[in-house]
Amino acid sequence: MRALGAASRPGPRAAPRPPAAPRRDPAPSRFIYRWNRLWLTPVFRALTRIGLPVFAVVLGLGLWLGDEGRRAEIVARYQDIKQQIQHRPEFMVSLMKIDGASPEVDAAIRSMMPVKLPASSFAIDLDALQGVIERLDAVADVKLLIRPGGVLEAKVTEREPAVLWRRASRIEMLDAEGHRVATLIARETRPDLPLIAGEGAQLVVPEALALLAAAGPILPRARGLVRVGERRWDLVLDRDQRILLPEQNPVRALERVIAIDQAEDILARDFTHLDMRSEQRPTIRLSAPALEEFRRITGHETKVKALK
Amino acid sequence: MTDFHQSQRAMRAMRKAAMQRGVIAILDVGSSKIACLVLRFDGPEHFRDTDGIGPLAGQSAFRVIGAATTRSRGVRFGEIDAMVETERAIRTAVQAAQKMANQRVDHVIACFAGATPRSYGLAGEIDVSGEQVSEQDVARVLAACDVPDYGAGREVIHAQPVNFALDHRSGLGDPRGHVGNRLAVDMHLLTIDAAAVQNLIYCIKRCDLELAGIASSAYVSGIASLVEDEQELGAACIDMGGGATGVSVFIKKHMIFADAVRLGGDHVTSDIAKGLQVPMATAERIKTFYGGIHATGMDDREQIELAGNSGDWEKDRRQVSRAELIGIMRPRVEEILEEVRGLLDAAGFDHLPSQQIVLTGGASQIPGLDGLAARILGQNVRLGRPLRVQGLPQAATGAGFASAVGLSLFAAHPQDEWWDFEIPAERTPARSLRRAVRWFKDNW
Repeated sequence: MRALGAASRPGPRAAPRPPAAPRRDPAPSRFIYRWNRLWLTPVFRALTRIGLPVFAVVLGLGLWLGDEGRRAEIVARYQDIKQQIQHRPEFMVSLMKIDGASPEVDAAIRSMMPVKLPASSFAIDLDALQGVIERLDAVADVKLLIRPGGVLEAKVTEREPAVLWRRASRIEMLDAEGHRVATLIARETRPDLPLIAGEGAQLVVPEALALLAAAGPILPRARGLVRVGERRWDLVLDRDQRILLPEQNPVRALERVIAIDQAEDILARDFTHLDMRSEQRPTIRLSAPALEEFRRITGHETKVKALK
Repeated sequence: MTDFHQSQRAMRAMRKAAMQRGVIAILDVGSSKIACLVLRFDGPEHFRDTDGIGPLAGQSAFRVIGAATTRSRGVRFGEIDAMVETERAIRTAVQAAQKMANQRVDHVIACFAGATPRSYGLAGEIDVSGEQVSEQDVARVLAACDVPDYGAGREVIHAQPVNFALDHRSGLGDPRGHVGNRLAVDMHLLTIDAAAVQNLIYCIKRCDLELAGIASSAYVSGIASLVEDEQELGAACIDMGGGATGVSVFIKKHMIFADAVRLGGDHVTSDIAKGLQVPMATAERIKTFYGGIHATGMDDREQIELAGNSGDWEKDRRQVSRAELIGIMRPRVEEILEEVRGLLDAAGFDHLPSQQIVLTGGASQIPGLDGLAARILGQNVRLGRPLRVQGLPQAATGAGFASAVGLSLFAAHPQDEWWDFEIPAERTPARSLRRAVRWFKDNW
């Protein structure tokens, strides 16, 4: 048998070699021949070289894992190792630091922590915790992060109360957007904040703030704003006086009132309601004594005129 | 038509299947060696139509990816003599070639030289049914050939239409579409001993291989060794093998005659062994190294040592001159060539326009053979080597591999044979309908 890959070379002509015995040329047995051909079959080859080892490994693993106790042991060991790694000192959170929170909020946040410190940082779900904290009314925004050294830092931005909203039984503090901040027990604790009242007032806090800003000169006399019928504002002054503002453009109407007041000192007069709801026709409702006085005066006048 | 049609058609179908798979083995069962080549077909897109080398372009369609030879055991005179030995030798060669190719082969095309091939010239003639010659007409004219009584126990291995004639025009290669009345065909039929074929089929079956074709060694070495113009103008290829010498005559690119002489290089070796009292292996070695045809004065002085291991010092230290060796070899070579001459004369080789003779095969490598052949066979003698085939190892490009290479070419581009044409259906409904339509056209 000779594969013809290499050329045979004749021996030297003048130097005859002793005749070698005929080269051995054994024929393959039928079994070897068939095995050879089988081995050259691609499918068989792939099966033997890939399929068989894979099968053996899978079978071995399957037999080994067939035992219930062994499986449980593996799971337990896995959990144990996981626990050990998670509780390494590098991953422990021992301290919580809260910035920018009032003492009440601080206490509330601390009570919201799902786990007792010190705890592994793997056990603290920062996103969920942030969601929980942001659900507090007093908190506008919170940023949580774990600093190296095991400190859980919370940067809290609190809501700034802008107005007080008087309700039937209590007074709420609202921020500039109208979001509830906290409940106030007594008005006197925050005399610096303006007061609003009425159903639906919390929905239009920006408008109320704009009105109060516009009401600069008469602010010392203002007791608060009342939302009427969830559509328009009344500005309540002391001495039981009310300025009824229109639905549209209340700020302009208020500015007009201030202008009239500066020109004619109208607010010093004795009236109960100044109705600015109609732009063309501001109306005044006088108080009862004033009305009587007015009638008397005008009646007298009319009488005088009638006599002439 | 007959049973050889059926078996040859089955082999053709097998060959097609092998082509589809892309790998086929070539098995040259010779008396001195068994050669196996593994061919990989690259598919028809690898033909280079633009190169203008039509018939040669077939060589790029396949590539030899495995080649192996083994010493032949059990083959004598180009026929299988000992079945088991031959089967083992085939197994050896096929396994080595598969190993080199790193691919399993299932289909094999085989050739062998012996089994007393016999050539017959057949002629058939019919009237063309329509105006133009159709495929049906070709099939009918082939069927009209009167098959000679080649005897029981013989089998047809080649039956090739060589020439078509239409009316007074002859020499048509492909008559389809020509207009004419009378179509005639000349066919060359080659028969061999059925027993030899059966033996070969049995051996190949025992090796788990499928026989996809069978060819005469003389024919395929002619394909490999004769260049195109020699095949066209007329030439004889003499394939001098180990146990048999095949002769094939080609003209117009068709084989018109094939025969074999049951003499070859092994007889020369055995003459040397007998004459010099040396073992066959030594005789073979001396023949290949020092053999020759023409003795000169120099050869008297050149001594060849006949080494041996008989234990007798006198016998083991003998020396012969090269002239003596040539004296033994020459008469046998002359005898072979005389026999070939006789075959060629009987075949009427003298009448061919060109009488080129090409010597190939392993025994044609004896130095000075062309000179002797020119004396005996005629002036136009050359030594031929097989065509270059892509991927063939250098060691397999010698003259001894002419039939293996030719068989590769034959596998890639088989000649149209009788059984490739449809068996004519004389009375099919479509045909009678067409005839009726024509009758209406002619008469209305």
